[in-house]
Amino acid sequence: MSAVTTRRKARGRDERGLGGSILLHGTLIVASLVSIFPIVWLVLTSLKPRDGWLSTELTFFDGASLDNYTRVLTETRFPSWLLNSVIVAGLTTVIGVFLASTTGYAISRFRFPGYRGVMWMLLVTQMFPVAILIVPLYNLMAGLGLLNQIPGLVIAYMTVAVPFCAWMMKGYFDSIPREIDQAGMIDGLSPFGTFWRVVLPLARPSIAVTAFYSFMTAWGEVAYASVFMTGDDKRTLAAGLQQFVGQYWADWGLLTAAAVLIAVPAAIVFLFVQRHLVAGLTAGATKL
Amino acid sequence: MVTSTGRVTGTARDRAAGAADGARGRGRPKQAGPVRRAMSRYWYAWAMVAPVILVTAALVGWPLARGVYLSLTDATEATMGRTIGVNVIPATYEFVGLENYVGILGSGLFWEKLTWTVVWTVACVALHYGLGLGLALMLNRRLRFRSAYRLMLILPWAIPGFVAAFIWRYLYNSDYGVINAMLRTIGLDGVGWLDDPTTAKIAVIAVNVWVGVPFMMVALLGGLQSIPRELYEAAEVDGASPWQRFRFVTVPGLRTVSSTVVLLGTIWTFNMFPIIFLITGGGPGSSTEILVTYAYREAFTGIRNYAGSAAWGVIILALLVVMALVYRRALRKQGEVW
Repeated sequence: MSAVTTRRKARGRDERGLGGSILLHGTLIVASLVSIFPIVWLVLTSLKPRDGWLSTELTFFDGASLDNYTRVLTETRFPSWLLNSVIVAGLTTVIGVFLASTTGYAISRFRFPGYRGVMWMLLVTQMFPVAILIVPLYNLMAGLGLLNQIPGLVIAYMTVAVPFCAWMMKGYFDSIPREIDQAGMIDGLSPFGTFWRVVLPLARPSIAVTAFYSFMTAWGEVAYASVFMTGDDKRTLAAGLQQFVGQYWADWGLLTAAAVLIAVPAAIVFLFVQRHLVAGLTAGATKL
Repeated sequence: MVTSTGRVTGTARDRAAGAADGARGRGRPKQAGPVRRAMSRYWYAWAMVAPVILVTAALVGWPLARGVYLSLTDATEATMGRTIGVNVIPATYEFVGLENYVGILGSGLFWEKLTWTVVWTVACVALHYGLGLGLALMLNRRLRFRSAYRLMLILPWAIPGFVAAFIWRYLYNSDYGVINAMLRTIGLDGVGWLDDPTTAKIAVIAVNVWVGVPFMMVALLGGLQSIPRELYEAAEVDGASPWQRFRFVTVPGLRTVSSTVVLLGTIWTFNMFPIIFLITGGGPGSSTEILVTYAYREAFTGIRNYAGSAAWGVIILALLVVMALVYRRALRKQGEVW
């Protein structure tokens, strides 16, 4: 880039004057504030004392207390819902990543009869509105005895998460040279062995994104969860919070604390994968 | 499969069958059937996609077929078969043909909802894409605190949709919400954000933009990073202005990513259920209700109208499929591979 500085006419890509810098940082700061403000406000409200939510004054940490958190964790069913959500999201993530990567690998590497059909199916499945599936799926689940069962919900989430993830994994596998597979084969590995021991470890960024997406699908889904899991102790957090809103509608302190507790695990997973998000997502999206 | 041999017990027969097996075994390499040949060549590919195909077929294909069928009947909660204790009440709904569709397409309600859904989708996707691209361009430059900005800007993505809806409902609250508090601080009157159809519509679009921009931004940022630097350097050598570099290097370089994320974004926004359902519940009245939330409401509130809900669902799906086909054709005309 050093040659660029010697030219006057067209300004180089990474050069800018003081005004440009101020404008750039100013815009980014404003955007970042808009982006994090609702979350910060949620956390601040949850830390206010019991009726603190009624005040809209922009006071920070005025008599902060964990009162709301203790109430959520001891006086409500929140802990058992949290456990359900952790199990559901964990299973969805593990199985989802596994299925999405095998499917993605197969459609990336092999041209087999039915290939185009699989590609279309993965795209079209994402278009299905919940509304058309939910009633028949409810009946199907009832028939199979899977209502109010965690496996039933996990399977339902598979149909939401896996198609997109398989697309994404396919794109990433496409960017890994085929020579690597061939080298694995020559060393005497089976097709599965090549996939499992050679290619999959190279696809780590994409796996991170897939895991994040599957986790978020299961952690935040409302419609299926509230229709399929009707037993009070079977709810997930998403369905449970809706009940909270009905029950404690005037107690926003409690609700905000619950919301923070729900958001924290998602944020932790996010922090683990965010380094990989750009690389993992783009390879998938550019090749789609 | 073709090769499965029915073994019969008994000594003499056994020997005969064994001989036959042997004969067939010797002839196999030459006259293996097409199914078998395909099997031996593609079995691992099929084995790898099989679980997804099976689960999808069972949990999407079957419900879809059933949903389409239901949409052609007059099934409601009252006519649906069910089991109460030991009493099995048989289903009494009947096949009514296209009556549900005629009813929906002939109603002003459908067209009203469709108009709002299209406005909602176009507004959201345009803002997602525009803001996402703008932020991605800024983050793609060399600047201080870049990773801090990126982290803060992606953060809304880590907030589950229903929690985001909940937060914003609190922010919009007309008495205790912080948005109105800010307005009052600068001397304006508070606004009943969710009480008026127009402001409620603006409010839900704003929330969806907040939720959706990070995805677009990350995808486009990755797209920007995959454009070779040499292209920019060559453009600079040729004396291209920043605008020309954007127009003739960045825009074509982003085309594949853009076409994908716009298609996905459109599908997702069109079907965006939680934001509207949880923030306004479709209200005031039913002014912010999009097609998906309306269909859900048909199925699960009041007298559950399963047939009507399924018919709405089929119409939504048909709209999206047509949209995807038209979109793909348009891309093909521009010379895209996809």
